[in-house]
Amino acid sequence: MDVRVQEATFDLGAESAGFVARCAASGAVVTFTGIVRDVAQGLEAMEIEHYPGMTEAALSDIAAEACARWMLEDALIIHRHGRLAPGEMIMMVATAAPHRKDAFEAAEYLMDYLKSRAPFWKREITRAGATWVAAKDTDEDALKRW
Amino acid sequence: MNVLYFAWVRERIGLPREEIETEAATVADLVTELCGREDRYAAAFADLSALRVAVDQTLSDFDAPLAGVREVAFFPPMTGG
Repeated sequence: MDVRVQEATFDLGAESAGFVARCAASGAVVTFTGIVRDVAQGLEAMEIEHYPGMTEAALSDIAAEACARWMLEDALIIHRHGRLAPGEMIMMVATAAPHRKDAFEAAEYLMDYLKSRAPFWKREITRAGATWVAAKDTDEDALKRW
Repeated sequence: MNVLYFAWVRERIGLPREEIETEAATVADLVTELCGREDRYAAAFADLSALRVAVDQTLSDFDAPLAGVREVAFFPPMTGG
């Protein structure tokens, strides 16, 4: 299990290849990558604030819970903070399991939980000003299926 | 006790953290105490349903006890991912 919170970007190809190499016994690896999207066609940057200490602990708890619920050989979470430009990668998760169903479900579980249970806050910077991104009810509802 | 504020809670209160001497028994009592201090606290804590609280870095409820607690953090619902 590997959890990293960092300002710097990461090499998606190298991280994915390294994860696969560590999970030689698994038949399935799923990776998901979140990217800053420019929905309003005017986004200058996305600023991500977090709670140092609690963030790492919350992500580790979420990853440990996923490993306990599914037959995972390993799980990886990388989440960035700071100022990100449109198109930049925000985060990635990877899960490894004997079969794809566990790997897919665990990756979705990780995403659902880190969206609303990991202490990150996004702020969109546009020419008109800065706006804190509001949490969606659908994100909270997504937790109910687990 | 260290009290931390994040995102728009930090902006409304005007600082990221402060050391507070308090006899408050619960998080809710601490909020009431802070709101009585200055308007900026009352503005930040006006709608508790829009806020979340962590006690010693664990997500908690507003009725959580504060005995022995070292750090309390207030913030809006999280938007990770």
